[in-house]
Amino acid sequence: MKLKTILMAGAASAMMTSAALATDLTIVSWGGAYSNSQNEAYHKPYMAQNPDVTIINDESSAEAVAKLRAMNEAGNITWDLVDVLASDAIRLCDEGLAQEIDFDKELAPAPDGTPASEDFGDLIVADCFIPEIVYSTTFGYRTDNEAWKGKEPDDICDVFDLEAFPGKRALEKRPINNMEWALMCDGVAKEDIYDVLETDEGVARALAKLDTIKDQTVWWSAGAETPQLLADGEVAIGSTYNGRLFSLIEEQKQPVKILWDAQVFDLDGWIVPAGLSDERKAAVMDYLKFATDTQRLADQAKYISYGPARKSSAPLVGKHATLGIEMAPHMPTDPANAKNTFLYNYEWWADYRDDLDAKFQAWLSK
Amino acid sequence: MSALPAYASTGQRAWHYSFRIICGLIFFFLIFPILVILPLSFNAQNFFTFTPQMLALDPAGYSLKHYEDFFTNPDWQQALRNSFAIAPVATLLATSFGTLAAIGLSQSHVPYRSAIMAILISPMIVPLIISAAGMYFFYSRIGLQGTYVGVVLAHAALGTPFVIITVTATLVGFDRSLVRAAASLGANPVTTFFKVQMPLIIPGVVSGALFAFITSFDEVVVVLFLGSAGQKTLPWQMFTGLREQISPTILAVASLMVAISIILLTVLELLRRRSERLRGLTPS
Amino acid sequence: MNMQPQSDPQVLTTRDGTPLKVSLAKALRREKLRSLALIAPLLIFILVTFAAPIADMLFRSVENGIVENTLPKTVNALSDWDVTSSQLPGEPVYKALYEDLKVATEEKTHTRLGSRLNYEASGMSSLFRKTGRRIKRMDEAGPFAEQFIDIDKDWGDLATWRLLKRYAPKYTPGYFLNAADAQLTADGIAMKPANERIYLLLFARTLFLSLTITLCCLLLGYPIAFLLASLPLRSANLLMILVLLPFWTSLLVRTSAWKVLLQQEGVINDFLVWIGVIGDASRLVMINNKTGTIIAMTHILLPFMILPLFSVMKTISPTYVRAAKSLGATDWTAFWRVYFPQTVPGIGAGAILVFILAIGYYITPELVGGTDGIFISNRIAYHISSSLNWGLAAALGVILLGAVLLLFYVYDKIVGIDNVKLG
Repeated sequence: MKLKTILMAGAASAMMTSAALATDLTIVSWGGAYSNSQNEAYHKPYMAQNPDVTIINDESSAEAVAKLRAMNEAGNITWDLVDVLASDAIRLCDEGLAQEIDFDKELAPAPDGTPASEDFGDLIVADCFIPEIVYSTTFGYRTDNEAWKGKEPDDICDVFDLEAFPGKRALEKRPINNMEWALMCDGVAKEDIYDVLETDEGVARALAKLDTIKDQTVWWSAGAETPQLLADGEVAIGSTYNGRLFSLIEEQKQPVKILWDAQVFDLDGWIVPAGLSDERKAAVMDYLKFATDTQRLADQAKYISYGPARKSSAPLVGKHATLGIEMAPHMPTDPANAKNTFLYNYEWWADYRDDLDAKFQAWLSK
Repeated sequence: MSALPAYASTGQRAWHYSFRIICGLIFFFLIFPILVILPLSFNAQNFFTFTPQMLALDPAGYSLKHYEDFFTNPDWQQALRNSFAIAPVATLLATSFGTLAAIGLSQSHVPYRSAIMAILISPMIVPLIISAAGMYFFYSRIGLQGTYVGVVLAHAALGTPFVIITVTATLVGFDRSLVRAAASLGANPVTTFFKVQMPLIIPGVVSGALFAFITSFDEVVVVLFLGSAGQKTLPWQMFTGLREQISPTILAVASLMVAISIILLTVLELLRRRSERLRGLTPS
Repeated sequence: MNMQPQSDPQVLTTRDGTPLKVSLAKALRREKLRSLALIAPLLIFILVTFAAPIADMLFRSVENGIVENTLPKTVNALSDWDVTSSQLPGEPVYKALYEDLKVATEEKTHTRLGSRLNYEASGMSSLFRKTGRRIKRMDEAGPFAEQFIDIDKDWGDLATWRLLKRYAPKYTPGYFLNAADAQLTADGIAMKPANERIYLLLFARTLFLSLTITLCCLLLGYPIAFLLASLPLRSANLLMILVLLPFWTSLLVRTSAWKVLLQQEGVINDFLVWIGVIGDASRLVMINNKTGTIIAMTHILLPFMILPLFSVMKTISPTYVRAAKSLGATDWTAFWRVYFPQTVPGIGAGAILVFILAIGYYITPELVGGTDGIFISNRIAYHISSSLNWGLAAALGVILLGAVLLLFYVYDKIVGIDNVKLG
């Protein structure tokens, strides 16, 4: 079945590109370890099957939304496929900069025949967005902290507890996640958080809670910062992406542990820019069908500790390619880690992002 | 200040030495951050941290792996190639246009001189973020965003003010009667330019070119906006390195660049001495 | 033509009989043309590659065609509606909105308008997204007002319509108002609520920090320039390499180096703890705040102060100071009354150069500035690459550029642009 799919896909792409014509695919991603995992799990096997395709890597995902908009204004789209966060994908979809995807028609079904739209399930948060991985933003803390007297944080609210857990914190320099955590620890029930945050009092309440640790906080804006700060001992506890913490702990062997409580799930995945020619679109969709199938998503988890977005991929997750350790326990979606989780509300943030960001930055600057 | 006269009083003596110490401290402030990156580039760990082993001068704390990474990693090598493909061409454009314009501006009667000068200097004055944003929107519209030509043109524009400033400065000391003499002896303007003017202003041109080169070679904001994967330069690679994957490879690259800077500065100094000899000025 | 001069012996002529005046004027014109011809290539180059992009960007700060382009009929129908009325617009407006949104949904431009209006009021983004999804199922016969309010009650809210009406014109002062922490409301221009004000504070901080950095550069640069100017040329040139080396080391690297030095577990704190000046528990916080920005940027901009100061001091003849001393002035008086005034042009040149460069800085404050050490440029970058509010970014840019150009004008008056020297 799988072989047949591959053969058919190969034949189709060969026909489309009329055999002799080589295809260049410009694929945009984040760079670093993440691009590397995509390269190993998707690009290399795909290019091995389709020798006439060359994949060019562009590491501009951080600027992707702005660049896509500029390209669209100019009517000259130079990218074929872009890896973005779900919230950015929604924005791109809203701006008409990304193509809508027919999940069942254009993507491979699960091995047991479950259509793609069911296999991805709730993770399809926008019509243009094909989820790839589930990652989480969570806290890492140093284990050699004498002032903590042998205690270790096991509750998100320990982040706000400067008495039991003194030391500097690292938080992201934006309202998303921080506001939710603050309200959660200020006694707001999980399901009410966004209703509270919609009001001015709610925002004030969240900021007041953050005020209690403000002068002990280092604010980060790029993914590599918290691991560096933890490794230097510059902060005692800090939020970052779980994959960064995995690499810090397992690859760099730093004395750090993960606090999984109230980790916030987020998605990262692909969008296809709007306005591609039919020929280029066909080439991209062929790649996408391959790169988002059950096996490929499971393969990616060999290189980085992010959970595959398809339900059918989870049982296939194996060992790390070089470290040889079992990857399943390091996935944010592993039941032991996912006792208390939070999926942020994309629709809500699409509406309130501009407003809350202004308030949050104003608060930060004071 | 250069030497303390024999009759200096104790107060003068004290001031003389304390002034030297103050200057020494300021030089230390200038140079120390650059010295600090050298040992860190030999760090055996993947962080910008002085590890206990490093402080104990334990050889195990040091390694050449970041240099090895730089020379073997295709990303860094590609970035290096791109930087050397962009900077020299941008420098050539900036230097040739800039030198011509500086000569034009140094003539005695130039209409709207200060207005023209203001426009030509503007790339140095306009905040970089504004230049980058403007070029980004505009170049997207005319199809130059994400192209090699686009980045080269932008870098050339940013480099020209330096060429104009340095060449104009050499032209201030230029004796115009030499040109008249050449003309009266029958040389046409082109011959006069290459045989008389050029040899004398060449130090200004070279130093302007070096400034233009370093402007392009060290530029990150504009290339981040204007470039695409094909134009990723060294500073861009360093910037993503700092944001996405902190690695002392950046420091290894920086150390190599410091070494190159020292070579370039020495060349510049030798050129200056040569020009002073030519102009008949002897070092005092 | 040659006749007349000959008949008038008062007029000097050249050998071929042209009046000298005419001939000189001709030569002057030729010289002017030649110099312009030399300048032209660069001038055209800069105008096309640099000035045009800047002008293009500045235009975005007032441009607002999106509302009219997306909802042409609605804008037209709304022109009769009084923005101050307490009545919702009539059925024809809702009908026009239906027709416009039907087209916009086909072309997928309705959500783009939603994101644009969301900068002004939260909730617009989802209002347009939601309405777009339902528009196909609406009854074409009407009544439209009722159906729209049924989709989302915001269509029955006066605030929504007032917002649409306010932002209907092709050009808007809205972005500039936002850049000054104000906004367009139903009652005209008003300040934003206190918890959203940020830009005026950032402009003030940018000015204050730039001034501080300029002052630090002057304090550190003056002695160095003085030393370099008074040393023999050869040793001065060697020391000059110490000034130029940091100047030529990548900005990113120098900023990272300061991170390594200044952080709490960093080199300086470690050293201070080691020699016992401070305790291990009371390490100094020198980074991710104003201090970090000031130190790192002073280091980065110091050469721009030293170079112009040095070039001015080099031209000051030592005889003046000697004369003053021989007339009985003390060292201090000779310096302060005779030498220092002559260096003022250099101070002016260096200070304004440093100030202009500092005010537009972006990378260094981003990396070491934390929360209270960031500049207005950081917000401009944020609006360009993250929030996509390019109009606001452009408006902030215009204000910043205006400030810089004003300074540049002052600079030109004080020192003249061609008196800048770079070593």
